[in-house]
Amino acid sequence: MTPSVRRWLCLAAIAGFAGFYLWGLQGLPGFGRYPGPYGNIIASHAVEQAHATGVVSAVNFDYRGFDTLGEEFILFIAATGVATVLRRLRGERRGVPVDQVGGREQTGTSDAVRVMAVLLVGPMVLYGWYLTSHAQTSPAGGFQGGVVLASAVVLVYLAGQFQAFRRITPVGLLETAEAVGAGSFVAVGLSALAYGLAYLTNILPLGHQPGAVDSSGTIALISFFVGVEVSAAFAMMVAELLEQALVIRETGT
Amino acid sequence: MSALFFAVVAWVAGAGLYGIVTSRHSVHQVIALIVLQTSTYVLLLGVGYKAGGVAPYFSDISRHARTVDPVVQALALTDVVVEAAVTTLLLAFIIQAHKRFGTVDPQQFSQLEG
Amino acid sequence: MIVAVAGGPSLDALQVTLLVIVAAGAALVVLTREPVRQVIVLSAYGLLLALLFLTLQAPDVSLSELVVGAIVLPILLLAALAKIKRDVK
Repeated sequence: MTPSVRRWLCLAAIAGFAGFYLWGLQGLPGFGRYPGPYGNIIASHAVEQAHATGVVSAVNFDYRGFDTLGEEFILFIAATGVATVLRRLRGERRGVPVDQVGGREQTGTSDAVRVMAVLLVGPMVLYGWYLTSHAQTSPAGGFQGGVVLASAVVLVYLAGQFQAFRRITPVGLLETAEAVGAGSFVAVGLSALAYGLAYLTNILPLGHQPGAVDSSGTIALISFFVGVEVSAAFAMMVAELLEQALVIRETGT
Repeated sequence: MSALFFAVVAWVAGAGLYGIVTSRHSVHQVIALIVLQTSTYVLLLGVGYKAGGVAPYFSDISRHARTVDPVVQALALTDVVVEAAVTTLLLAFIIQAHKRFGTVDPQQFSQLEG
Repeated sequence: MIVAVAGGPSLDALQVTLLVIVAAGAALVVLTREPVRQVIVLSAYGLLLALLFLTLQAPDVSLSELVVGAIVLPILLLAALAKIKRDVK
C-alpha cells in the first residue's frame, strides 16, 4: 500500500468514525450536566464509610480496589516485559558509559542544570513520600507519589552522574521492591478472607477522625505499597533504557 | 458549548490516529499513540464534570458540597501512569526491532522477515 | 468559581481557552515529524493537559499527567531515540 493511499484511507475511516461518534453523542447528557448517580453515592458516603476525605483514593484502593489490582499488574508486567525484552543479546558487550548528543560534538551538562538537579533531588523524594502516604486526605496517592519518586531518581542522572544513578538503582533491589509492592497489595486483599470477608474488604481500624493521616485503614496501606511498586517499576524502566543507550554496544563498533 | 468539548476530544483522537497511520518513524508512531490515549482522559474527565462542581476532596469543604464524579477521576488517574509503562514496553520492542532490522520505519517492517 | 445557573454556560472561559489550545497542541505533536523535537512538543502538550485537568476539577489526574508528561515520558523517549541514533552511525 502506498503512503498516499494509506493516508486517504485513514482520513476516510476517521471521517466515518467521526460520524458515528457524533451520532452517539446525541444520546449523552451535555457537558457539565452529567447526573453521575454512582459517583454521587460514593461522594456522599466515602467520608463516613471509609474515613477518607480523598474520595478518589477511596475509589481507587477500596470501592474499586480489585480494578486497581488489575491495573497494577498491567504496570508490573509492562516493567517486567521491558527488562526481558532489553536483555543483552549475543554479540553485544558492555562499554564504558558514554553520554552522547546526536550529531554534535559531545558537550558536558551545564553547571546550572547540575546544581538545580542536585538541589531538587531531596525535595522530590520528600514530596514523593508525602504523596504516597497521604492518599486518604488529599489529591495524592501511590500512583502519583511513585512517579514523583522515580523522577527524583532520574534527577540524579540529569545531574550528570550515570554511575551514581546506577549505584542507587541496583536491579536486584528494584525487582525486589516491585515484587514486594505488588505482592503486598494481593496479601492485603487476601488477609480480609481470613476474617471471612470479601476480598479487599477494609479490615484495619479506620481511625477516629476522617482526614487524619492514621485514618482510612487499608486505603493508606495499599497506597503505600502501590507507591513502592510504581516507583520501582519506573526507576527500573528508566535504568534499562539508559543502560541500552549509554552502555550496551555491539561488538566491533 | 458542550459540542465544542466533544469536538475537541474527537479532534485529538483523530489527530492521534492520523499520526499512527501516516508515521514513518516508530517513535513518532508511539508518540501519536500517546496523543490518542490523552483523548480518552479528556473524555473521561469531561463526562464526569459537573458545572459548578468542585474536586471531590472533603478535607476543607462541606460534606454535602456539589462535587464532580470521583469514579472517572480514579479511572483516568491509574490510566495515566499505567499507560506510560505500556508505552515504555513499546519503546523496548522498537529498540530490539531496530537492532534486528536496522530500520525504524513501520511501513518497511511488513516487507521484512524475522 | 462559576456557580451553576440553569441554562447558563456549562464551560467557563478558561476551559474553552484551554480546550482550543489542547486541540492545537495535539495536532502540533502529531505533525512534528522529527522525533527529538516531537518529544519536546509532547512535554509542553502534557503541561497543557495538566492545566486542562485542573480546570476540570481533577487535581490528582493533573498531578500525575504533569509528572508523567513532563519528566518520565520525555526521558524514556529520549533514551530510546539516543539508542536508535547511536546504532545508525
